[in-house]
Amino acid sequence: MSRIETVFANLDRPALITFIMAGDPDAQTSMDVLKSLPDAGADIIELGMPFTDPMADGPVIQLAGGRALNAGANMNQTLQMVRDFRTDNDTTPIVLMGYYNPVMQYGAEKFVNDAADAGVDGLIIVDLPPEEADETLKAAKAKGIDIIRLITPTTTNERLSKIIDGASGFLYYVSITGVTGAASADLNAIKPHIEEIKGQTDIPVAIGFGIKTPEDAKNMGELADAVVVGSSIVNTIAESRDISKVSDQVKGLAGALK
Amino acid sequence: MKANSYQNQPDERGHFGPYGGRYVAETLMPLILEVEKAYNAAKEDPAFWAELEELQRDYVGRPSPLYFAKSATEELGGAKIYFKRDELNHTGAHKINHCLGQILVAKRMGKTRIICETGAGQHGVATATVCALFDLPCTVFMGATDIERQAPNVFRMKLLGAEVRAVDSGSGTLKDAMNEALRDWVTNVHDTFYLIGTVAGPHPFPQMVRDFQSIIGTELKEQMMEREGRLPDSLVACIGGGSNAMGLFHPFLNDADVQMYGVEAGGHGVDTDQHAASLNGGKPGVLHGMLSYFLQNDDGQITEAHSISAGLDYPGIGPEHAWLFDQKRVNYVSVTDQEALDAFQACTKLEGIIPALEPSHAFAHVMKLAPTLPKDHILVMNMCGRGDKDIFTVAEKLGVNIES
Repeated sequence: MSRIETVFANLDRPALITFIMAGDPDAQTSMDVLKSLPDAGADIIELGMPFTDPMADGPVIQLAGGRALNAGANMNQTLQMVRDFRTDNDTTPIVLMGYYNPVMQYGAEKFVNDAADAGVDGLIIVDLPPEEADETLKAAKAKGIDIIRLITPTTTNERLSKIIDGASGFLYYVSITGVTGAASADLNAIKPHIEEIKGQTDIPVAIGFGIKTPEDAKNMGELADAVVVGSSIVNTIAESRDISKVSDQVKGLAGALK
Repeated sequence: MKANSYQNQPDERGHFGPYGGRYVAETLMPLILEVEKAYNAAKEDPAFWAELEELQRDYVGRPSPLYFAKSATEELGGAKIYFKRDELNHTGAHKINHCLGQILVAKRMGKTRIICETGAGQHGVATATVCALFDLPCTVFMGATDIERQAPNVFRMKLLGAEVRAVDSGSGTLKDAMNEALRDWVTNVHDTFYLIGTVAGPHPFPQMVRDFQSIIGTELKEQMMEREGRLPDSLVACIGGGSNAMGLFHPFLNDADVQMYGVEAGGHGVDTDQHAASLNGGKPGVLHGMLSYFLQNDDGQITEAHSISAGLDYPGIGPEHAWLFDQKRVNYVSVTDQEALDAFQACTKLEGIIPALEPSHAFAHVMKLAPTLPKDHILVMNMCGRGDKDIFTVAEKLGVNIES
């Protein structure tokens, strides 16, 4: 069983997925935050790969990427973070999330291989739809890495089956039409979508975008197998640069899902 | 492998060879498929073309004239030089051609709000213009840096009723404006149409914009047959994203004897880090929904473009140009800021035509090329925009104070 499958198999409550940007605000702080997340209650960690032009992200994540790049972040450093993390944690899944161009320049196949060897469990490449993903998907399958697919409120039923077809690990339901860190979704509006997805597949469904508070997490957790919190954690890192504040926040979110 | 035809691209998934495609977030994917469906239906509908042709004639003033540039020809002493006068279009540039086409598609889709990005402001002005014409609300995303250097066009857009939204992220130029427009589109997919300003973005935009711009080359073919009884020998156009060049070149791509030159903005020189020459100074990558050539570092981070011309100041290029570059069907060259500035002044004095800084790049290449060619060689340059908007930039470069 993969680390991601193990997490979902062992939990009788919704999983907490936390997002941070690799190298934000600098390599050392980011590494310290990363190591602190599992103890604070993160079940799965999404690690952002910084990119100059994050077209699906709101201001909070845009700025985080900018800080990381200014501090010298790059793909090699991101993979090194995962290697370092794995020296004393072999259970918490890490999913790299970002945009295709840095992956393409690294070499899609080489990237997937190096990521798998570093201890990465899944990839979310926001601007790589199933139609363009053949090369990456093939390499990922060979290495046992999950390609996490995004589903949105605009996804049609026809596309839904195509997306589920190549998906593994979990499905990421983007709860709003918008960028990361935007306003929260209307629970009643997304409920039928989640039910539709769950009717078609047994792959766990995570809900993300617009989830900020423990209360948001609790509400969304009632619908899905996992909730993703990103911008509000990244915001805490930006404002405090204090690992204990980040841990307190993550503890609060995890507590709401118990 | 050489293509059998250069005119049958893209394939059904929007690929020009390996380039193009649809690299977008899932939120946009269904909408982009809808745009494609609507455009394909419009293409088959004679009523769509009838409405567009009437607007092109009566509102834009097409066909644009084909002008024999006698003084430039004599001065340069070689090829016979013609200008295709797309700067005489309503709004002063070729951008109106694809704005009218796209807004008719948006209307067919029942969209009630238009957004666009702009660099120099020409596409923003053209979009604000067609939105005024069709009474649709318009939001223009424009880099904060560009807003400063293109004040007259900002005022024009506001007069036309558009909201101009300043983009501070990144370097505050065209690429950042495009990111922000995409973010807005993701957020407002239900009622909004993104009217893209060049042959770039996810499929079908590169194809759709090219098709609407191809009127430039189609008219030229007819005008040249009438004037000279034969096709031209060379075509020259400037390239930022590449819409005017694509419109000029596309109808001639299968005419093997017609040479084509796409002129990139060389800024301070393609061997420096201050230019906007994506083909000659960049490499293949993915941004703004397409696989094409981009200026970037080894880690895949997009780098800033630089050009004296805000309209060419984009670190990428349309995917069809990327393909034609690989196929070597079009010669892609570059000229520097200084060469463009010299050409701006030369064209103004020789022909009494003040070119925009964008086609000044094309004319700079004409000045190099024409003297090397025989007198019976017919060369056509697309004069894709007029220079009124640029007189402030040029005055500053020449050390002249015209504001007080």
